[in-house]
Order: sequence, then C-alpha cells, then structure tokens
Amino acid sequence: MSIVGGFAGCFVLLQQLVNGVTLGSVYTLIALSFSLVMGILGVLNLAIAELFMFGAYLGFSVIARGLPLPLAIVTGMAGTTIIAMVIEKIAYEPLRDMPVIAPMLSTLGFSIILQNLATNIWGSDPLQLPPELFDTRFSMGTISIGAMQLVVIGVTIVLVALLAFIVQRTAIGRALRAVAENREVARLLGVRAGRLTLVAFALSGALAGAAGVLIGLHYATVTPYIGVETGLKAIAVMVVGGTTRIWGALLAGPLIGILEVLTVVYGGAPVRDFTVYGIMILILLLRPQGILGGASTEQGLRV
Amino acid sequence: MSTYYAALFADVGILLLGAISVYIILATGQLSLGNAGFMAIGAYVASYLTVKIGLPLMVALLLAAVVAGAVGVVIGFPALRLKGIYLAMATLGFGEMVRSFFLNLESMGGAGGFHGMAHVSPVYVWGWAGSILLLVTLLERSRVWLEMCAVHDDETVAGFIGLNTTVIKVSAFGFGAAVAAIAGGLFAHHHIYIEPGNFGFERSIDFVLAVILGGSTVAIGALVGAALLVFLPETLRFFADWRLAAFGVLLVLVLLVRRQGLLDRAMFMRSIFKARRA
Amino acid sequence: MKGPSASPLLRLINVSKHFGGIKALDGVSCTVERGQIVGIIGPNGAGKTTLFNVITGAYRASGGDVVFEGESIVRLPPHKIARLGIARTFQNIRLFAGMSVWEHLLVAQPHTEVALRRLLPVGWADPAACRRADEVLALLGLEDVRWRIARTLPYGTQRKVEMARALTANPKLLLLDEPVAGMNTDEAADVRALLLRLRENGLTILLIEHDMTFVMNLCDYLYVLDFGEAIADGPPAVVRHMPRVLDAYLGEED
Repeated sequence: MSIVGGFAGCFVLLQQLVNGVTLGSVYTLIALSFSLVMGILGVLNLAIAELFMFGAYLGFSVIARGLPLPLAIVTGMAGTTIIAMVIEKIAYEPLRDMPVIAPMLSTLGFSIILQNLATNIWGSDPLQLPPELFDTRFSMGTISIGAMQLVVIGVTIVLVALLAFIVQRTAIGRALRAVAENREVARLLGVRAGRLTLVAFALSGALAGAAGVLIGLHYATVTPYIGVETGLKAIAVMVVGGTTRIWGALLAGPLIGILEVLTVVYGGAPVRDFTVYGIMILILLLRPQGILGGASTEQGLRV
Repeated sequence: MSTYYAALFADVGILLLGAISVYIILATGQLSLGNAGFMAIGAYVASYLTVKIGLPLMVALLLAAVVAGAVGVVIGFPALRLKGIYLAMATLGFGEMVRSFFLNLESMGGAGGFHGMAHVSPVYVWGWAGSILLLVTLLERSRVWLEMCAVHDDETVAGFIGLNTTVIKVSAFGFGAAVAAIAGGLFAHHHIYIEPGNFGFERSIDFVLAVILGGSTVAIGALVGAALLVFLPETLRFFADWRLAAFGVLLVLVLLVRRQGLLDRAMFMRSIFKARRA
Repeated sequence: MKGPSASPLLRLINVSKHFGGIKALDGVSCTVERGQIVGIIGPNGAGKTTLFNVITGAYRASGGDVVFEGESIVRLPPHKIARLGIARTFQNIRLFAGMSVWEHLLVAQPHTEVALRRLLPVGWADPAACRRADEVLALLGLEDVRWRIARTLPYGTQRKVEMARALTANPKLLLLDEPVAGMNTDEAADVRALLLRLRENGLTILLIEHDMTFVMNLCDYLYVLDFGEAIADGPPAVVRHMPRVLDAYLGEED
C-alpha cells in the first residue's frame, strides 16, 4: 500500500512541478520587469506590482468580451507600457539625481494611484475568467497540463527570448547594457540616457503587463491585491537570478515557483514565504551575482 | 475628544515610533524596508509577556525592546556587507520572513491572531512616543549622532577619522529595532488584537514614507510625517472613492517639490549646537 | 629639525601593494622623523596616493611593514590607525557633504571613551571639544562659515575645512594629498606658512605634491616614486638634479 501511495505521491509531485513552472514563468516576467529598471537605474520601481495587476485587469476585460486571447495579451501589454512611460516621465525623471529612496517612493505613489483606479473601475471583488477557457487539458499519463498553462509557459519563453534578442542584438539593447555597466561612461560615449530610461521603463511595463494577463490565465481570477504579494516574490526571484541577468531570471522563476508549490504542499503557506525570502537573503549575502554566477559587481574601496 | 480621533491620535504615536526606528537606521546611511518585522517581534513578545506571563506592561515593553534590539544587532552584521538598494531588498526579505514566522507560530495564534492584551489609552501611547522622541532629539545633538552622520555621508572617510563604522552601523540597527519593538508592543496593547498581517510590507513602507515626507534629517520630521500620513487621508475624505489616489498624487507632488522632506536639519543647525563658552 | 635621539615617527619597510596583476607599489621604503616635513613626489600614477592608502589602512599591504612609533600598524583597520594619531586629507576633497563645518570639527576630534560625553549634547557634555573646534576654526579663518553645510562651500573653503578636520584630530602625523592643487602663488604661500607653524608646534607632516616650487621651498626631505618604486630620495636641493628624477618627469606637464 505504501508503494502505491509512493507512486501516487510521485504523480502529485510531478503535477505540482508543472504548476510550479507555470507560476514561475509569471515570476520570471515580473522579475525581468523589475530588473530592467534596477539594473539600469538602480531604482526599485514599486509601481511594477500594480502595473502587473492592471495588466491582469486589462487582459480580463478583453477576454470577458469574448475577444481572442492574443488580443488580450497585446492590450494588457500596450496599456501597461503606456502607463509605465507616464511613470517614467513624472515619477522618475525629475528625481533621477536624488538618492534612490525618492524615485522609489514616487513610484509607490503611482502604485497607490493605480490600485485605487483599479478598485474604482473594476471593483474590489475577485473577478472570474470564463471557465470554458480552462476546460482544455492535455494528459500525459496521470499528469495533466492545462492549455492555459502551456500558453503561460509558451508566452513567457517567447517574451524572454525577445527581450534577450533586444538586449543582446540591437543597438538599443547595447545602449541599455552600457548604461547598466557604467552610467557616466555611457553618457560620455553619447548614449542618451533620458531616452534610454524611457525605453527601459516601457519594456519593463510591457513585461509586467504580460505577466499580469498570464497570471489571470493561471489562476482564473483577478483581484486588485495580486500586485503586492506577487511583486515582493518577484523581487526575490530577481535577486536569486542575479539582479541583472536575463537567463538567471528565466531559471530562477521556475525554480522559485516549484519551491513555492512544494513547500506549500509539504509545509504550508508561511513556510513557503519564509523559505523564499530566506533564500533571497542568502543569495544577497553569499552569492550576489545570483545562481548563474559570473563576475561580481562589487566595487572595492575607492579613495 | 471622540474615540475615533483618540484612536487616530494613538496611531500617530505608534507610527511616529516606527518612523523613528527607520530614521535612526537611515541616519547611518542604511535603508531598512523591514522594520515592521521588528515591530512584530515587539508586539508578540510584549503580548506574550503580559498575557501569558502576567508581567506589567512597562517591563514587557522594555524586554520586548531588548529582544528586538538583539535581533537587530544580529541583522546588523550581515547588513554591513550590503549597500543601498541591496540592503533595502534584504531588509524587505527579513520583514517578510518575520511575518511568515508569526503566521506559522500557532502558540501565538498564527493566522488567527492573538488577543487578550489589556487596553491602553492614547495618552499612555504618547507617554512612550513622546519620551522616545525627546530622547532621540537629545541624542541628535550628541557626538554619537555626529558620528552616525559622518558614516552616512562617507563611510570610508569616517573610518579615516577614527570612527568604528561597524559598531556604529550595527548599533543603529539594534537601537532602531528596539524602538520599532516598542511601537509594536504599544500597537498590540492599544488595538488589543494583533495578527501577522498587521506587520507586512505596507507597514514598513509607511514608516519610510513618514520619515521621507516629514524630513529625513531631523527626528521631528518623523512626527510631521506620521501626523501627515494619519491625518491626511482624513482630510482627503472629500475625494470619497478617490481618496487613496489623491494621496498618491500628493505623495508624488511632495517628492517633486520638496525633496528632502518638509523639515530639514539645516533649519535647526544653530540651535542644535549652542556651545557653552568657557 | 631631525631629532637623532628619537626614533622615527613613521617607517615604511619594503612596502608592496598588488591589485591582481598590477604592482601599484613595489618595495617602497621610507623614513619620516619627528618634526620633519617630508614630501613624496613623482609622476601621475606613480603610486603616491596608494602609499597613503596603505599607511592609513585603507589597503592592506601585500608585503612589507608599516611601523608607526615603533609599532607595526600594517594589520590594523583604518579607524584604529587614525586613533593612533594619523590624520589625512584627500586629493579629491572628501568632506561630509551634509554636515556643517562646525560638525566636521567636532566629529573628527580625538576619540573619547567616556560614554556620557558621547551621548549627551555636545555643548553640555564636552566644552573642551567645543573650545578646540573654535581654535581650529580661528586658525584657518573659517569662523564665517561655521554653520555652512559642506556641500554649499566653494572649493577653496572646502580645502580649508578638510585641513581643519585633519587638524582637529590632534594628530602626530599629518598626511596631505596635494594640499595646494589648483591654488595660486599667494594661497600656496599661506598654506606653506601654516604648515611651518604646525611643524613648530610639533606636528610631523608627510605630503604628496606636484607643485615643485612648493615642495622645494618647504620639505626637509623628499622621496621620489615612479611606477610604484622609490627611485630616489634626499634633500630637495640634491634630488632636483638627479638624472633619474628628471627622466621620470620627462614628458610630464608641470
């Protein structure tokens, strides 16, 4: 009997892994969203969590009208991109020379505004996505994976690949990397930091929006409060992935997602959070360049 | 004073202490986004001591402060290795870890929360808040505070003039944690019911907001900031459903217009250092 | 000027400093006697500031020893070295940007262990410290800017404040990194007069400087660094004619 139980446990485990990877994909996108702004500007954009939430609602509105899924994703991304650029102009740009607290709190101001906006437009009760969407499931033995879950993972991979392409192969991507490396030198080399930060914010907004639509597909509900919970976790994912590393985030997302799902099954929600943040702190202290390793960016004593 | 306003008044006192806890640590150049964690430790330890052990509140608060202070010192050491936003993120993680720790702690109620504390009036809350504010204001005029400012402005050079930056930074964490713990203990005994959700990231951010808005270079700034944060939403009632958005707009505006916060150390410079000439 | 009976105040014995593959300092030895004004000169990048950083503990020497008043200080952290009586200024002024001049002069004073004196308001608890700060303010003519915040001060005044901060620590050895950089002849003369006065009061000074006239007119002894090595040393009158020294400076703008 215990052997059967063991096998059953295995399948539950594998099923959880699938859930974990799906959740992790969303984390990856949000982590990249944070990391674009962090890496280039050193600022923690606290509005990203609410951009993510807003994207979810925008996507929901599209789907609820029976419109196709790709449109929902595009609308969500477009909407949040625009908002992100507004935030850059008002919350970041005038404050860019100040210690990082100031722009960070300014983005917080925007996140408050966005939350209030969302609650007023859509109400504070959870909204359900049409259940028919979630009927399609594919079975591989005793593991089933929903069509929506595949969509989440698939879209994530596409977006991350796109981002990697932009960052590594295009001129603007090179400029972004240059600024991330060293602002002063980049400026001297003629990189227009102002336009660049706008691009960084826009990309970050797009990713957050996409993540939002996708999380709606994963959980089938949206509430105005998904921003904060997921946002903080995404910060942890960003750190574990190595703050500015794209592939690190792609790896760390599913890793943390799986870890989360497993600790909930075997320990409960508080253990989950405790573990995730504990790992984040350990990485910060012991391996700040993230799980993928690589050069440390710590600067030595400058006199 | 109606009970509603009395409660708000108490909230200002508690928020003031939380803000001061951030202020003390920030004075050495370290941004802590996890002081709600220290507040939680204070709340739960103090509540445990009064409810389950039967200690008088004052003793419970002091002991809670010591416990939290010790945790703060322990946190302070690894914190030395992190700078700026990375430290902020680590403290954020710490705050969340503490919250989930108490969520898991069934002996103190877990998610269901803890109650049984005896109620204290806003006056009692302000007895502590006012005293600690006074203490810190006095401390701001001391040599120790100058050393903290030096560490804040240029840690390396602070070392060159003979300051033990490790001791200064770690002590600041300990002291800040202790003050946050008192805020927590008072919160517990004023609201007579606590749950881990009271001590999340939003709380930590509230502390930081109060300091930054009110003035991050003087302790009095924390008072201004705390009063603003508690009373402003009240005065924004006019905006009804858009009250919070209005607050967000105001926050952005204040940051744009007056960067250092409302109050500023330079304003008080001369009065701070009235030297006694021989 | 030299005190043959007293041991040297500072001795560097074969000091080296490597950064990865780069040898910033290679076997540098020098001696500073009490009451001397010793200069360290050399082209840019010769390692002069690195030398200061090793002496003050900012960098740990890769090899060799630094001996201050007979005790090896090479393993001590910067704050302990400072408390032994070594103060310094910086090539790029490094003041505490948000602090006023007065606060600079209070915070840099010799360390006191008496807890009460440190925790109570300075005006009440430590009038001696306030008096000393007043004296240094007067010495450098900074009374007018007592309450001004450091970052609002003009460059020249900032330099003075940096010097004041170093002096207020009552050091035995003062390290000055390019004290007259960017100054005109009159200002440099003022600094020279000040340094001579300080020496009369028992201060020992080790300075890095590019301005040759200043160095020749002031220093008792010179060490010349080039590419991290001490290539020559001697009294200024001798050093200025050494071919090795002239070679090192060839092509250098003065």
